[in-house]
Amino acid sequence: MESSELFNISTFAYILAMIAYIGYLAFKNKGIGIAATSITVMGFIAQTSAILVRWSESYTQWMHFSPDSSFLLGIARSAPLRNLYESLVFFVWSLIIVYLIIEFAYKNRSLGAFVTPVAGLALAFIEMQGMSKDIAPLVPALQSNWLIAHVLISFFGYGAFAVSYSTANIHLIIASTEKKAASYLFWSFTFSLFIWTLLLMTARTLFMPDLQPAQISSFWFWTMLAYPALLFITWRFGLSLQKPLSFFSLSADMLDEITYKSIAVGFPLLTLGIITGAIWADSAWGTYWSWDPKETWSLITWFVYALYLHSRLMRGWRGKKTAVLSLIGFISVIFTYLGVNLLLSGLHAYGSG
Amino acid sequence: MTSKNKKGLSIVMRAWSFFSSVTLAIVLIAVLALSSIVGTVIEQNAIKARNIQVISTFVGESMAPAAYRLLDALGFMDMYHSWWFLLLLCLLSLNLLVCSFDRLPRIWKLITDPIIPLKENVIRNLSIKREASVTATPEDVSKVVEDVIKAKGFLPNINKEEGGSLQVYGHKGAYSRLGVYVVHASILIIFLGAIIGVIWGFKGGLNLTEGSSSDVAYQYGTGKPIPLGFTIKCSWYETEFYGGSDMPKLFKSELSIHENGKEVLKKWIRVNDPLTYKGITFYQSSFGFNPNPTNSWFVFKVTAPGVTEELVWARKNQTFQIPGTQHSATVLDFSPALATDRQTGQLFTYAESMNNPAVKIQYATEKGVKVGWIWKRYPETGKLDEGISLEFMHYWGSQYTGLQVRKDPGVWLVYLGCILMSLALYVAFFMSHRKIWILVQAAPDNGTSTNILIGASAHKNKHSFQRDVDKMLSSIVTRLGGKD
Repeated sequence: MESSELFNISTFAYILAMIAYIGYLAFKNKGIGIAATSITVMGFIAQTSAILVRWSESYTQWMHFSPDSSFLLGIARSAPLRNLYESLVFFVWSLIIVYLIIEFAYKNRSLGAFVTPVAGLALAFIEMQGMSKDIAPLVPALQSNWLIAHVLISFFGYGAFAVSYSTANIHLIIASTEKKAASYLFWSFTFSLFIWTLLLMTARTLFMPDLQPAQISSFWFWTMLAYPALLFITWRFGLSLQKPLSFFSLSADMLDEITYKSIAVGFPLLTLGIITGAIWADSAWGTYWSWDPKETWSLITWFVYALYLHSRLMRGWRGKKTAVLSLIGFISVIFTYLGVNLLLSGLHAYGSG
Repeated sequence: MTSKNKKGLSIVMRAWSFFSSVTLAIVLIAVLALSSIVGTVIEQNAIKARNIQVISTFVGESMAPAAYRLLDALGFMDMYHSWWFLLLLCLLSLNLLVCSFDRLPRIWKLITDPIIPLKENVIRNLSIKREASVTATPEDVSKVVEDVIKAKGFLPNINKEEGGSLQVYGHKGAYSRLGVYVVHASILIIFLGAIIGVIWGFKGGLNLTEGSSSDVAYQYGTGKPIPLGFTIKCSWYETEFYGGSDMPKLFKSELSIHENGKEVLKKWIRVNDPLTYKGITFYQSSFGFNPNPTNSWFVFKVTAPGVTEELVWARKNQTFQIPGTQHSATVLDFSPALATDRQTGQLFTYAESMNNPAVKIQYATEKGVKVGWIWKRYPETGKLDEGISLEFMHYWGSQYTGLQVRKDPGVWLVYLGCILMSLALYVAFFMSHRKIWILVQAAPDNGTSTNILIGASAHKNKHSFQRDVDKMLSSIVTRLGGKD
């Protein structure tokens, strides 16, 4: 089978899993829950095979151009982590594996309804951007083993942060009792932003696949007007999400703990990601830190999670306050990863893709 | 003590408590994060017009020049090197230093204090508490308990208590309490390395045309020549492309180092693989095409009957003989990137760099004269006659390699700090100081069973220690033959 077919299967499976997890949340039916997990696992297997097939395709291409490379060098230089498309696929892959580990460790499926949409969003984003899926040969700057370490480590970190985002989100839903609380307002804001983006991308992919780049900005402008309405709906009815969630024996303490643990895993990985990136930049350009937007945003993200850790561990903050900080952290992750490429300029040239 | 001294002391004390506070750390980190955002939106060290354009998207065109002047005065056009940003970093360092020194004595005491047996009611109040009862004598139980906690890495101590009960206790991972301080120290080490690099190092550039050499590099920004202490020479520069495309695969330069007229080192450098000599590193950073017919040569690889792959160097308009034959050739013209127009079939030059170089050759034999183009990318265009081919290899001397030249005596400290930080983060997040006390006493009601009371604490990751305690307890109970 070709890698693109396998990718389509996995995308389809994750979207199906998202619906099943949400159904599980709504109907509390164990069968739906098992189905949701099985679909996710199948999607994961399909995606893993897709990545491996793509890897082997690009290995063949690399060996065609550099027939005297060793097997290991060929494997390293053809790792499918080279452009925005491949990195998004890998992000989804790491998110799902981190989630599956947590699902099995905590024997609780309710997080799935919040994690799989992140995966769906990333995959929809690929379609939305219409980014190139060609297997392009590696430009000279990317021919480094540090690149692979840098990308692998960073994305496992992003996966862990995505989980902390989901748990912090649920935490804010179940811990909020009134609509005027600042934490509830913040939650409505980020959650509606999330849903809005998800809806937009789905609509865009399903109904307007042939939009020209020039039309995209006006598309964004008009849909921007729809956001306040969605924000209001989320704010008005968000508290009613408490009820379905209350069936899953999710305590605020447990969510707080998973959020913390995900960040405790993500933070060292983010640090290592920044360090390996710096070493790579040093060997390629002779400067380990140049304050380019990508580097600076990764540092900002590092600062936000450092804030989370200090306020939690040193000041004893718990609950809603730290949950808000972890949401800000993940927004910063998203901006580091995508915002910088799409809105700002920098060394990470794949953003234009 | 005079009142003046008292006052001085209290100022020091107040400064100390100010700089040791976590609140200051949180405020500094938040300010650093927020202000850093501005520098990612405003393009650093860019031309004025570029940033006025950026600013006008936020405040409108009429306000942009004023906003630019304001931001410029505040140093935002090169904000990461502005006095206030460096001040923030200094304050953060001071904060890290003072808060570490403030807390270390207490932490050190927690690490080095010996662990002592506890009273039963204290054990019952510990955060992790487990109880069990087994059919065995307290002595047998305590031996098994000792074994089990030893296997988990604790060094067991035993205390015989009144009434024949025994207390087994121990701790491990005390030094993991230092992890977070090592993380803080590693940040300071990285800063120190960066400062050393700025003071005693330099960053510069150097363009070397093939065949030329230099004793200096030129500092970025100022353009000031910096003596290298040796001579660097470039003997070849080449861009390799993927297949028949214009996609670059490799930028490479052959560099050599000369001292006292002798070559001491020679290396092909490429992106991600620089050359270092005496603390100065040369990185492949750019290249350029700058032909000068007086010192450029066309290089051909000749294959003819009796001749295998002999290199011939020729200048433009200079007739040369093809080795092993009576034939001659002359280079009439050159294009760095020659393509054929699909519609008209006419040849044209499509780029100003050597993407697809070709030479126009006049080939003379006893039979007559032929004229045609030979492409480097297509060696078959060099097939002239039966058994004779003229492969166009290179237009040597027409390109320069752009080197980034750097000396950074602090970089090893930066790397040391990075390694330390990675290790210490692992310790800080995934290890903890774990203490366990196990009270083993004969059950009061009958003589055959023994009660086990476990109390334990961990300074973090309590849940994972809880799971470990459960495992230890179940292995104790199993080894003593069941009954929970």
